[in-house]
Amino acid sequence: MTTSVSVEMSRICKKFGKVMANDQVDFSANAGEIHALLGENGAGKSTMMCMLSGVYRPTSGDIRLFGKSVKIRSPKDAAQLGVGMVFQNFRLVQTLTAAENIVLGEKSSFWRGSKWMRDKQEEIRGISEKFGLPFPVDRPIWQLSVGEQQRIEIVKTLYRGVGLIILDEPTSVLTPGEASQLFDTLVQLKAEGKTIILTTHKLKEVMAVADRISVMRKGRMIHTVDKSATSERELAQIMVGKEMTPPREMAKRQKGKSLLSVQHLDVLAELGRKALDNLSLEVHEGEIVGVAGVAGNGQKELAEVLSGLLPWKRGKIVFNGQEMRTASVRNAIESGISHVPENRMKSGLAGSLGVVDNLLFKSYRTKERSLLGFLRIGSNRRWSQTLVEQFDVKTPDLDTPVQQLSGGNQQKLLFAREIHREPLLMIAVHPTQGLDIGATEGVHRLLTNLRNSGKSVLLISEDLDEVLQLSDRILVIYNGGIIGEMAREEADRERIGEYMAGLRDSGEEAV
Amino acid sequence: MDMLIQIIVAAVGSGTPLLFATLGGILIERSGIIQLGAEGLMLMGAVVACIAYIHTGSLAAALLAVFAVSALLGVIHGFLTVSLVSNQIVCGLAMTLFGAGLSAYLGKPYSGNPIPGSVPKWDMPGLESIPLIGDLFAHLDVLTWLSFLLVILMHLFIHRTSWGLHLRAIGDNPPTADVMGIRVQAFRYGYIVVGSMLIGLAGADMLLVYSPTWTEGMTAGRGWIAIALIIFARWNPVRALFCAYFFGALDTVGFRFQLLGSHIPSYFLKMIPYLVTILVLMYLGWRNRNKPSGSPEALGMPYIREQRF
Amino acid sequence: MKELAAKRMRLPYRLDYDPSKKINVWWMTIASVLFALAICGIFIAANGMNPFPVYKKLLSGAFGSSFGLTETLVKSIPLLLCGLGVSIAYRISVWNIGAEGQFAAGAIAATSVTIYFPDLPIYLSIPLMIVFGIAAGGFWGLLTAIPRTYFQVNELITSLMLNYVALLALNYFVFGPWKDPKGFNFPGTPMFNEAQTLPVLGDTRLHLGLLFAIVVVLLYAFTIRYTRWGYELRLIGANAEAAKNAGIRISRHILIVMVISGGLAGLAGMSEVSGVTHRLMYGISPGYGYTAIIVAWLAKLNPIGLVVSSFLFGGLIVGGYSVQTLGLPSSISNMLQGAILFFLIASDTIGKFRLRRND
Repeated sequence: MTTSVSVEMSRICKKFGKVMANDQVDFSANAGEIHALLGENGAGKSTMMCMLSGVYRPTSGDIRLFGKSVKIRSPKDAAQLGVGMVFQNFRLVQTLTAAENIVLGEKSSFWRGSKWMRDKQEEIRGISEKFGLPFPVDRPIWQLSVGEQQRIEIVKTLYRGVGLIILDEPTSVLTPGEASQLFDTLVQLKAEGKTIILTTHKLKEVMAVADRISVMRKGRMIHTVDKSATSERELAQIMVGKEMTPPREMAKRQKGKSLLSVQHLDVLAELGRKALDNLSLEVHEGEIVGVAGVAGNGQKELAEVLSGLLPWKRGKIVFNGQEMRTASVRNAIESGISHVPENRMKSGLAGSLGVVDNLLFKSYRTKERSLLGFLRIGSNRRWSQTLVEQFDVKTPDLDTPVQQLSGGNQQKLLFAREIHREPLLMIAVHPTQGLDIGATEGVHRLLTNLRNSGKSVLLISEDLDEVLQLSDRILVIYNGGIIGEMAREEADRERIGEYMAGLRDSGEEAV
Repeated sequence: MDMLIQIIVAAVGSGTPLLFATLGGILIERSGIIQLGAEGLMLMGAVVACIAYIHTGSLAAALLAVFAVSALLGVIHGFLTVSLVSNQIVCGLAMTLFGAGLSAYLGKPYSGNPIPGSVPKWDMPGLESIPLIGDLFAHLDVLTWLSFLLVILMHLFIHRTSWGLHLRAIGDNPPTADVMGIRVQAFRYGYIVVGSMLIGLAGADMLLVYSPTWTEGMTAGRGWIAIALIIFARWNPVRALFCAYFFGALDTVGFRFQLLGSHIPSYFLKMIPYLVTILVLMYLGWRNRNKPSGSPEALGMPYIREQRF
Repeated sequence: MKELAAKRMRLPYRLDYDPSKKINVWWMTIASVLFALAICGIFIAANGMNPFPVYKKLLSGAFGSSFGLTETLVKSIPLLLCGLGVSIAYRISVWNIGAEGQFAAGAIAATSVTIYFPDLPIYLSIPLMIVFGIAAGGFWGLLTAIPRTYFQVNELITSLMLNYVALLALNYFVFGPWKDPKGFNFPGTPMFNEAQTLPVLGDTRLHLGLLFAIVVVLLYAFTIRYTRWGYELRLIGANAEAAKNAGIRISRHILIVMVISGGLAGLAGMSEVSGVTHRLMYGISPGYGYTAIIVAWLAKLNPIGLVVSSFLFGGLIVGGYSVQTLGLPSSISNMLQGAILFFLIASDTIGKFRLRRND
């Protein structure tokens, strides 16, 4: 088969403000191949692909598509030029049906009676059956599962007849089973002559499905190789830029006494949906308990209940020998629970306030920080200065709005605030999301240090590797309940994957 | 029975300006832009209708002038909220304050002057022979008929046309609409302009049909009631019709009480529509506490591309 | 298909939005005011007048004489109090636009003291009027806060609806039971006696209310910066979601803040009846509550800014009266206010766009 180059990007630069997201990147992909773009979080893969799909415009550089030099100024241009992208957070309108979402971009036929819609639904059903991508066409998106939504996104690109399909971190929201189903579909699409670009940071996927692999690091293109000419180990080295850190060696610890005990917890989330369903778990002193699971299975609610943000309907929470009676953030803070929330800028920090104000968040009520309702301004500044130095937060001064700090420094600030209070239990939700490898290392060190000093950590993460690397004990959450538990030594990816997919339940397991 | 028909006819009369304003607001808010300038736009619509009618003596010219001025105000609103991504709440407040001030300034010399004519009436052939319905629809003016037509057209537009699908998409999820090749900014401009024209027409209707002389601040908060009606109607034009007539009926309740010889001071009767607005909103808030409000999900969120997500 | 994309017209330049770009707030604010003057100048010119003498008159009427200056100060008292009230609510993103009604509620309640306890000595009646005014305004604010916190009702609509209710109540009293029997049918209560009016400075109309306003500004500035409660407000304003994580109960803050916000507008109403008009009467506020919104926005909720902007808008109101002698309606100042707000909003973001060449 003659290989024709379908996309060629040369000397691409992209700047966001002062940050160079892409620096002189060359990239090309051929028709009929699955090309993986591999790199750490923040390596610039998504930025590259967003320029190909018209979401961003390159600061400089050329793009050639199917042999023609093009300027892609908008997603519309990209679609017309034959590029379709499946974004990591799906571009679907929640209130519209699957079929409506798919025909959304279509300009023809102003009038759309029920006959028109029925015909379109038939056509879409045809495509979805041909490529093994089933979903209900006439239900609104918000009623569908994440896997179904991703299938709709893929059918959307196929419906438009594009020649180049980009998938941005497609498996991050899927169970291992769903992921392998997706790969089957991709192989089938490749056979149809489509070009498929896959961005990911997961080596196993790359080796499983890609034909060629390009590795990016810190905004630069490092290397492009055929799969047959490389190995997982080599790729990892190129991606990280140094020898991979082996799984953290951790001193085995004596199991401490029970610190947190949650029994038969039921929690209702927005709109009366049951978010936690009869959930029970136990955390002991001096251990890191990892909670693995596919997004949206109750992780967020679990963290919120334990940090006092969300009331519960039924069940019992005992912390440090005391039963928690009502949901109260203040009680949680005072009894020694720290919470590093999922999205630091959304719910952890106040971006427009300065460093001091952000450090004060949870301690401004203590008598060291305020007196009779008045803040101790001078002493608070000195205290902030020591924390900033101790945790190595790089900031121009103490009044700089924290939104101007880098992601890593924001996270350090957040950890400084949560750790200096010497909490008994730290609840960390996706603590390394969006951080580069150095900052991730730093966060992992903080968590293990905390554990080694006898404190406990409840680590809630969708990154299975992170959970496996850090946890003494691993729990799997599915549909609002803990359905699997294993010690660090007996943990294996495959079994966790089956739990995450809900294929096993705790009944089979003698824990 | 006669009493009931009278009330309904009166409700339609004072509800029609509310209906126009609500429909305009629905169109704007469905595209994801909060519209709080309705009061100012209605006042401008009324004063422009008054001035243009008195000067030209032509109803058509008056309505054209109203459309032109409200479209211009819509463009300003669009420029601020869509192009400059300004705070939509404050922007609506500015429109209200500016409209109130400018209409008072422009209308001063015309205050108290009656307009030179009235809106022609039209009877649908064959309708008057039907009992009850015939009475209800007898001698309705063309603007009221237009409002009926608009409700139907808007319903079909939103649910049965490609543009309606685009409208729902840009109000719920503009980044997605953009990726799908829908020009979010341009459409938002368009809906703000058309919606503003409808709200201006609401003011004009109030002046031309409901109380045919210009007085400063004559809308007396109806623009704000229309904004509440958008919420009652859950952004749905057909529901808007019934909600508007319900409030139209409340508007006339005080007047009717006095006719019946009630001794409640008129000041208290005039409070009814405002208080009921608050109470209904509270009831809806309580009843829908576990349900989505039906509001467009991206309402109030400006959209610009090339943004780091 | 490919030609289509290429064929579409392209402008040579485009604007990119950059939220982190810094802008000079002072220049932007001055420019907004100038632009607003220019726009309104066009309307004045359209009315057959030369706008320059009109603006000159407006300026000299407001700031050109000691009478004008003290009058401007007198008008700036209710603006500053109401402006402080709405600012504290806007700090935590509660859009109280009901200062007009809260002002009226305060004025009515303060007047009720003079009606029902006419013979109190000054050291009892004035404090009682202040308490009544603040309590009534605060209650009116609470009526907005309760639907917002417990029923998720948008406070914009509630607070505005309550403005009309309060004004209708005011009209009921001055046209009805409280109307001065010797007032030749003037819609107003009897004049207050010595013991019910605030002391004035010399033979000006400048009254003790100015002191209230200054004290409140200082309290506001101090509270926001140096107290725990002020810190909580700043936190909620900056990121409500994060504030919840810090254990702050937002709904309770909304209730308290709305009571304070309404209470300050109520105090403004009290000081207006007791200090300026010496009676409750029809049309007592020329829209102070609405102007206060612009005052707050112009000041960016900053205490010093509030002092400056309420003084300027006080001047605008006084100047608006003085241009009436030129045969122009005083609503010209309302029009100017609206236009200034428009340009202010635009100036908040317009400086954050960069002009770039389209490639």
